[in-house]
Amino acid sequence: MRTGELGIIFDVGQYLFRQGEEGDRMYIIQEGEVEVIVHSEGREVRVATRGPGDFVGEAVIFERGKHAADVRALTAVRVLGADRRNFLRRANEDPTLVFRIVQQLSRRVRESEDEVARLRGESDPR
Amino acid sequence: MSGRTVKAGRTTSRRKHRLRLEDGARVAVIGGGPAGSFFSIFALDMAARAGLDLSVDVYEPRDFRVQGPPGCNMCGGIVSESLVQHLAAEGITLPATVIQRGIDSYVLHTDVGEVRIETPMREKRIGAVHRGLGPRGPEGARYESFDAFLLSHAEARGARVIRRRVEGVTLSDGYPSIPAEDGSGVRYDLLVVACGVNAATPVLPEGLGLDGGRPRTTKTAIREYLVGRPVIRKTLGDSMHVFLLNLPRLEFAAFIPKGEYVSLCLLGEEIDRSLLDSFLGSSEVAACMPPDWQGEKHACKCAPKMNVGWSGRPYGQRVVLIGDAGVARLYKDGIGSAYRTAKAAASTVVFEGVSKEDFRLRYWPACRSIMVDNALGRLVFLVVGQVQKRRFARRALLDLVAHEQCDQGGSARMSTVLWDTFTGSAPYREILLRALHPGLMLRLLLGLVMSLVRGGRGSIQTGGSGTGSQQATKVAED
Repeated sequence: MRTGELGIIFDVGQYLFRQGEEGDRMYIIQEGEVEVIVHSEGREVRVATRGPGDFVGEAVIFERGKHAADVRALTAVRVLGADRRNFLRRANEDPTLVFRIVQQLSRRVRESEDEVARLRGESDPR
Repeated sequence: MSGRTVKAGRTTSRRKHRLRLEDGARVAVIGGGPAGSFFSIFALDMAARAGLDLSVDVYEPRDFRVQGPPGCNMCGGIVSESLVQHLAAEGITLPATVIQRGIDSYVLHTDVGEVRIETPMREKRIGAVHRGLGPRGPEGARYESFDAFLLSHAEARGARVIRRRVEGVTLSDGYPSIPAEDGSGVRYDLLVVACGVNAATPVLPEGLGLDGGRPRTTKTAIREYLVGRPVIRKTLGDSMHVFLLNLPRLEFAAFIPKGEYVSLCLLGEEIDRSLLDSFLGSSEVAACMPPDWQGEKHACKCAPKMNVGWSGRPYGQRVVLIGDAGVARLYKDGIGSAYRTAKAAASTVVFEGVSKEDFRLRYWPACRSIMVDNALGRLVFLVVGQVQKRRFARRALLDLVAHEQCDQGGSARMSTVLWDTFTGSAPYREILLRALHPGLMLRLLLGLVMSLVRGGRGSIQTGGSGTGSQQATKVAED
């Protein structure tokens, strides 16, 4: 890492976290790209890629559970960790802090709906 | 026919005192440092989302892109880990040209030894910045000033920067008015005072309802030393070095490595030549700094004031004081409290209004939260002061932290308490609660007894001055 860079670097192929792992932080991607992989019926399915400015691992912040997917570095990726406790404390003081996360989640829902519509259209061309 | 009686009273009277901004509203921000920039960024962002047409003028006479004292906003230059995370969540990414050095640990130096406390996974979580472009020298072109970076963000969102000092403000039909260069007055719907405690606060007229409040201040001492990147890598590394020395009147001292420079920050009562000499001449400082380093040879120095308390209310009718000009966090994370107060003021202004009542209802709770936490902070630093004066207490503390650092599976409670105290990463309330944990209290008490029994024998070292050489093998390139 360069002297003035913040965060931590994960090398190509390294996992930021695995599906089912407990966690207490999400990551905000600063540089590079990651893939989001869900294990379904014994297969690895890449469901998305994420790049600079994107949040990953937000489920453990808001749902206080386990990570819902694997996130793996596609390139060398530099991320900033955001601790659950610190983030929620601040969000409690200032709810507008979550606006960007809500914006991103809204965009992901829209993209998922578009994908579902496309897949359903392929399987049922009527 | 049944009817409902609508209760008038508090709700109606509150509504009566509201002053919502309307399309075309004009806001004057006095001060283009972090508080003024944060306010402008968030107010303009929120106004755009709410569909409110707002214009913001930022009055700032200094150019933070200039090297040396004229462009410097005088500060140790630490962006705390909590602020780094919050800004990232807000979409404000601090680039490597602004962050002079990412900090991943700190070393606590005392006369009985030193301990090193690292972040999880050695993540660089704290940013060391220059508030201007640093001391005069050839390195300036390589970096961007933190304050200039934030102000440019504010300009990118539509704020207009006016390079002029505001000497006084008048009232025009109840609206704040700032004298223009031609002598006429520019009328604003809201005045935001963000000029800190080191610039002259403009004279504010009666009728704004400020109740005469003012911040209480103490003086700090800051020195900048040109050490050079390779030497910093071998000695201080990517660690903040904090000193807990039994020197009368000295509350806190830290060396903060930046790009080519190292900043020294001292906080205490009436820091004078003799206190500075005592500190610089201590064996702990000599062990930490490069062998040929001389405390006298600084590239730059200043003695800025620091906000240590507020009396009254930092708001009035169509006026709000933010950052150091209003309520600020005690001793630590001044930039973080500038962010908090600026954002609270911005959301009040956009979503509620600009009356004294609007600020009382929506802005004052954020300020009060900081003030209440500061009262607990005074207790924390009182305890730190007592540890500072007693060798056996310093020994017990370091022993405890050293054991925690070796015990990978443990809770590292005291390490976290010290980390949060000296880096400003958590509220003082949380620091106190963690420190009062029964398990920690018991271990500390046992440690104090053992330390008293053992006397002054031995010393403790984990990491510390060996840090730089460990760092040298890990840092890939600059």
